Amino acid sequence: MLSQTAAITALNLKSIPQRWGASLVIVVGLAGVVAVFTALLAMAEGFQSTLKSTGREDVALVLRGGSSAELNSGLGREQVTLIKQAPGVVRDAADQPIGSGEMIVIAELLRVGESTGSNITVRGVEPSAFALRPQVKIVEGRAFQTGLRELVVGRGVSRQFEGAKLGQTLRMRGSDWTVVGVFESGDANESELWADVEVAQSTFNRQGYSSVRVQLADKDAIEAYKDALTADPRLNVDVESEQEYYSGQTRDFRRTIGALAGVVTAIMGLGAIFAALNTMYAAVATRAREIATLRAIGFGGLPVVASVMIESLVLALIGGAIGAALAFLLFNNLAVSTLGSNFTQVVFNFKVTPALVGRGLVIAVVIGMIGGFLPALRAARMPVTTALRAA
Amino acid sequence: MTKTGFVFANLFRKKTRTTLTLLSVMTAFLLFGLLQAVNVLFSAGADFVGATRLVTQARVSFTTPLPLRMLPQIEAVPGVDKVMWQQWFGAVWQENTSLVFFAADPQRMRAVYPEYVMSDEQWKAFDATRTGMIVGRQLAEKYGWKIGDKVPIASNIFPQKDGSKAWAFDLVGIYDGKDEEWQRQTNVGWINFAYFDEANQFGSGRAGTYTLKLADPDQAEQVAQAIDLMFENSPDETKTQTERDFNIGFLKQIGDIGLIVRWILFAVFFTLLLVVGNTMAQSVRERVPELAILKTLGFSDGSVLGFVLAEALLICVIGGLVGMGIATFLGNLVGSSGNFPLAVDGQVWITGIAAMLFMSLAVGLLPALRAQRLKIVDALAGR
Repeated sequence: MLSQTAAITALNLKSIPQRWGASLVIVVGLAGVVAVFTALLAMAEGFQSTLKSTGREDVALVLRGGSSAELNSGLGREQVTLIKQAPGVVRDAADQPIGSGEMIVIAELLRVGESTGSNITVRGVEPSAFALRPQVKIVEGRAFQTGLRELVVGRGVSRQFEGAKLGQTLRMRGSDWTVVGVFESGDANESELWADVEVAQSTFNRQGYSSVRVQLADKDAIEAYKDALTADPRLNVDVESEQEYYSGQTRDFRRTIGALAGVVTAIMGLGAIFAALNTMYAAVATRAREIATLRAIGFGGLPVVASVMIESLVLALIGGAIGAALAFLLFNNLAVSTLGSNFTQVVFNFKVTPALVGRGLVIAVVIGMIGGFLPALRAARMPVTTALRAA
Repeated sequence: MTKTGFVFANLFRKKTRTTLTLLSVMTAFLLFGLLQAVNVLFSAGADFVGATRLVTQARVSFTTPLPLRMLPQIEAVPGVDKVMWQQWFGAVWQENTSLVFFAADPQRMRAVYPEYVMSDEQWKAFDATRTGMIVGRQLAEKYGWKIGDKVPIASNIFPQKDGSKAWAFDLVGIYDGKDEEWQRQTNVGWINFAYFDEANQFGSGRAGTYTLKLADPDQAEQVAQAIDLMFENSPDETKTQTERDFNIGFLKQIGDIGLIVRWILFAVFFTLLLVVGNTMAQSVRERVPELAILKTLGFSDGSVLGFVLAEALLICVIGGLVGMGIATFLGNLVGSSGNFPLAVDGQVWITGIAAMLFMSLAVGLLPALRAQRLKIVDALAGR
């Protein structure tokens, strides 16, 4: 039986080049489905991995109670001191706690080639901010000087937005800020502009801070630290590890894109199934005589079914592979940006991962199977005599 | 048999094939309708707000509040008819559901947004109740709020004087939109600015952004420039644009959605073109002898071309109409749930119908031309 199947399948596959037109429908249909599916999920994947790699597990992020995002939060100067001095915070050589009180404001920048502004995070930071984020490296220019209106900008911002290149000036609240450096970090920090927190506070007329980041001994120290802050009646704060905070932000985006990808893929997949059915029915019909001949000389029904299914699967897989390749070529590492939870742009890259490609191919196989099954049945059930006489 | 009847008869001689082709066209147009609706939403969806209103925000970003002291200066600019301001409240319902709530002055809001329809008593109640709030019809229905309810709404930004972020407001009015498009905007809640300004811990005097109603829409540009010039080089520099541009800019921030949608549309369409095109080509190929007989019987080359084109048109239009119909239904379902103002409206239908016609030509023309050029002798001889 296996040899029969192999024989018919080989025959079918070898004859594909003679009827490219019809077979192409399956290939292109599946390529479309898989390309769209892979591209959409690659976007969600890229966003997620950018944010996830941003946070560290041994750094605690402290916000005012119930604020959920840095933008909404506000902490006074005394509170920031309490948070940094609390037990559990690692101290440096000079016995100062390693912590950075930071202030977030939003500035509108123009995306290159567009006339409407996009929100960009401007983060006022203390010197420890760099120690807390070792991944941040100045790659062009230098760090800002304390007390001056100078900015260092993330690579993502400097590429995608106007006025954020080295040496350019940005105007915020009636004063000019010079871009003195560009930094890289490979994560969401690259979507921000950094400045000296004191200068930012005076420019934006703010007394307080948005958040505090502190260095803990290790990731298990967070519970004790959280308890210490919660026990302090002078504070009403939320404490999370930095990584939890950033991972939490991706939830909505993943859900939205996941739903979009699901709906679009389902509808397109349905269309592709109809197309595949059509093609395979036609393929079976044109070969009715051939199949009947095979049956007449003793080939069984099952090998015929199997051969039609295999043909459909092979075509579907080729299509799926082309689709995944297309998605990879067109979208992998494509830099885009969207609104993050601070209401500001987060620049990230599409990521076409092997796992996504795998899922795309699974979809292709499923569609190929469904598209091949009914026509295969019809082929096997065809009464031999009628088919031989026909045409 | 009439010519129309002939086309129909041809269409249904291979029932499986026609049904499957119709179904693929249908799914393609279902997707087309939905995606085009999303596309419209993100590109020109703000059209209906018109240019009668300007939005003045802090130049640095709309999240930086402008102070209330600017009000008399803005009101004094020639061409400005009515002015309101609104402060984002950061409303949170129950555990974690963010809602769109603004604090605004009731009378000013009514004057600037005549598109929001509510009875006189309710407007008066909103004005007179310090802890009052009004919500749009969609929001009220979604959460089952009734007039007279005391609704607990937390803010993730503003604590009250005692430090608590749990606020509660009396629902005194539910407003509707003046037409269908405005009705879709009724998912916003408004609280009384006077109360908010006094009760929040961060102090008073923040206006947030200003919305100005113009006496004459043609003056939008001059007024916007006059205002921005007035505050230039102050700590509170402004950026004034039409409400439409403000909304578009806001939506654009979500990302290159339009671009991604166009890519998907392109992929869908290309696929579809191939599927239907191939089916048409095949059905013509199979019928070559028949077409030759038609010609022998005296049908002109033109009418044979017509038969084939008509068949393509029929498939595209029937499948397209059904698909767009389902898209409209689904779009309304999503739109009326209030999460996402999706609408497969007239504009989408026009592009949809144009797409159907374009498709019929694209897939029908080649086979039709082939049928037209058919030489009777060759065709009958099977060459």
